Amino acid sequence: MQLWESITIALRALTINKLRTILTMLGIIIGVAAVIALVSIGNGVRQSMNEQFTSLGTNLLTISSGGRGGRGGGPGGPPGSQEEDTSQDDLLEKAAEPLTMKDVEALTDAAQTAHLVGIAPTYSVNNLSGGVVYEQEEADDVSVTGVTPDYAIVRNMTPEVGLFISQEDVDRRTRVAVLGYEVAETLFGTNLSSAIGKSVRVNNAQYEVIGVLPESGEGGFGNPDNTLLVPISTAQTRLGNSGTFRGSLQVSNIYVEVDSQDNMDYAEAEVTAVLRERHRLGTEYKNDFNIQNQAQLLEFGDTLATTLTAFLGSIAGVSLLVGGIGVMNIMLVSVTERTREIGIRKAVGAKRRDILTQFLIEAMVLSLFGGFLGIAVGYSIAVVLPMLVTQLSSTVVTANSILLATGFSAAIGLFFGVYPATRAARLRPIEALRYE
Amino acid sequence: MMSENLVVNAEDLVKTYQMGEVKVHALRKVSLQVKQGELLSIMGPSGSGKSTLMNILGCLDQPTSGQYYLEGTDVAQLADNKLSQIRGKRIGFVFQSFNLLPRTSAIANVELPMIYMGINRGERRRRAVTALEMVGLGGRIHHKPNELSGGQQQRVAIARALVTDPAIIMADEPTGNLDSKSSVEIMGIFQHLNEEQGITIIFVTHEPDIAEHTRRVIRLADGQIVEDKTIANPRRAGVTEATPLEGGVHQPSLAVQGAA
Ligand SMILES: Nc1ncnc2c1ncn2[C@@H]1O[C@H](COP(=O)(O)OP(=O)(O)O)[C@@H](O)[C@H]1O
Ligand SMILES: [Mg+2]
Repeated sequence: MQLWESITIALRALTINKLRTILTMLGIIIGVAAVIALVSIGNGVRQSMNEQFTSLGTNLLTISSGGRGGRGGGPGGPPGSQEEDTSQDDLLEKAAEPLTMKDVEALTDAAQTAHLVGIAPTYSVNNLSGGVVYEQEEADDVSVTGVTPDYAIVRNMTPEVGLFISQEDVDRRTRVAVLGYEVAETLFGTNLSSAIGKSVRVNNAQYEVIGVLPESGEGGFGNPDNTLLVPISTAQTRLGNSGTFRGSLQVSNIYVEVDSQDNMDYAEAEVTAVLRERHRLGTEYKNDFNIQNQAQLLEFGDTLATTLTAFLGSIAGVSLLVGGIGVMNIMLVSVTERTREIGIRKAVGAKRRDILTQFLIEAMVLSLFGGFLGIAVGYSIAVVLPMLVTQLSSTVVTANSILLATGFSAAIGLFFGVYPATRAARLRPIEALRYE
Repeated sequence: MMSENLVVNAEDLVKTYQMGEVKVHALRKVSLQVKQGELLSIMGPSGSGKSTLMNILGCLDQPTSGQYYLEGTDVAQLADNKLSQIRGKRIGFVFQSFNLLPRTSAIANVELPMIYMGINRGERRRRAVTALEMVGLGGRIHHKPNELSGGQQQRVAIARALVTDPAIIMADEPTGNLDSKSSVEIMGIFQHLNEEQGITIIFVTHEPDIAEHTRRVIRLADGQIVEDKTIANPRRAGVTEATPLEGGVHQPSLAVQGAA
């Protein structure tokens, strides 16, 4: 018998009991849709995490004060997520020294040997009263950070309009500001150039806007669009009061850019050595500072996303499995119900193989067709979901997950169809005909 | 060899069913020869083994022991698939309970055996229509079984049995579920197929007046053949009936179909 005949017979059988066919398919539809949608969430999280991490610069070391466990990272810094390092577990702890401009100088001296191409200390101003004001407009919750020109290099920032903070600004502690996109938009509207040269009020002092940063669109932690950058010296002594430690002004974080990804670990070791010497830490003491390695962070983020995707995928896989068992259940019922039909078919010449293919095709049609509908539903969910859930910036439906879902539903049809079909094929005609 | 024009050549067929501790002897050494072109009936009380014998002769079941040659081929111990093939091509079966596929049109039911023979759609349709016309259902080819009377359903079953040009048609109490008028009509069809097309037909009945339509009558009792008689002048179906057969079984157009 030709395959086409088997398909026709199977399709006819499925259309006879439409409601049952649809309900059986529903199990597969939900399963496949769940796989597609949930895996797309996992992939979306991976993508946006990757984007956020790379936008911070991939060759970046972030140094903050405090030992391990004292999680640093000022506003605008990456989240504390350094990989567990157990090498210092049995060492003593010493009261942490703050990071100072002296540390920055020491690092600058070692830049050559440590493969450092940019060293950017920052100082986060925490004692702001009110927001950033221009005429009647006020931007709230703005993180105000003091930076040096290197900050633009290590954070990959070029002003959309105007200039970045110069060394001269730092040396002379000028009252100039570079606005994050959101702040500029709040105060001056979308015509960014109109902001240049205007004075905004921060902590009751006027700051001249010299530049506006481009929109990063990231949102999430330390939204870089809602910042205001000033010269670090201005932040330390005019806007805020950093205080000094051993005669040197304190800084919140030091961002260090390494010349290449391959030198990250070497650079981290060099920086550690320099800072330990500066902080006079004997070998018996733990580090009193914290270094975040961006490469590790990326890797960590990727692992996290993979775990999340696998987790979501396996939850969805379970529902697909349940759908498959539904197919098997219906096929078994169907074989029992149609015992007489099988007997008739065998009596008029159907071979085992004919009966086997007929029921296998029925199971395959159920699960494959359900699978295709499931892909459509899952895809739609993946498209609509980011619009409904604001925390989810995007979902990614990969060709892989579609192939996987299709293959999986075909496999389910085959796997859960084989047993009922074999049972049908093995029926002896004489017994099948006697069945009531 | 004597089997040259023997369609059925069965020797010492034994069928024993094991029912727990008890052995049921459904057939005890039945031997039967049926020549090409014969029309014979098998009679006997209920439980005498008629269906068991028919199922074995129709290759639906296999004997516990004994030889069975169908058209010279030893089929007693053939494998399942081979038997399917023989059933499909050489045997037409008509059951007491019709055994048509439900919710399936008459023509689709008649096409069924040809699907498994690998005959293409057009040819299938053509032959199914011819077969249905032959049993007088040319006007009802798209009716489903539940839209047909018992007699009409049985005629669909007969069309299905003869559409493959089988060597033999086996009919197990084909009139058992029918009223007497339909029964006679069915007998008329069998007689016609046998005489005009030379199809060998064996059928089972427990009604003596139905058996009188065949030249040869075999009587089974307790799993054994107890009588094998020849009737000199078998009754002709329809001849004594006031009304002619519905659908025109006796129409001359049928005669152009050559003998199988
Ligand atoms: N599948 C079976 N299992 C056990 N006993 C059976 C089976 N089929 C038939 N028999 C027994 O075999 C005997 C003959 O049955 P059957 O051929 O159906 O008789 P008939 O058709 O002449 O009424 C009966 O005694 C019946 O009970
Ligand atoms: Mg019987």
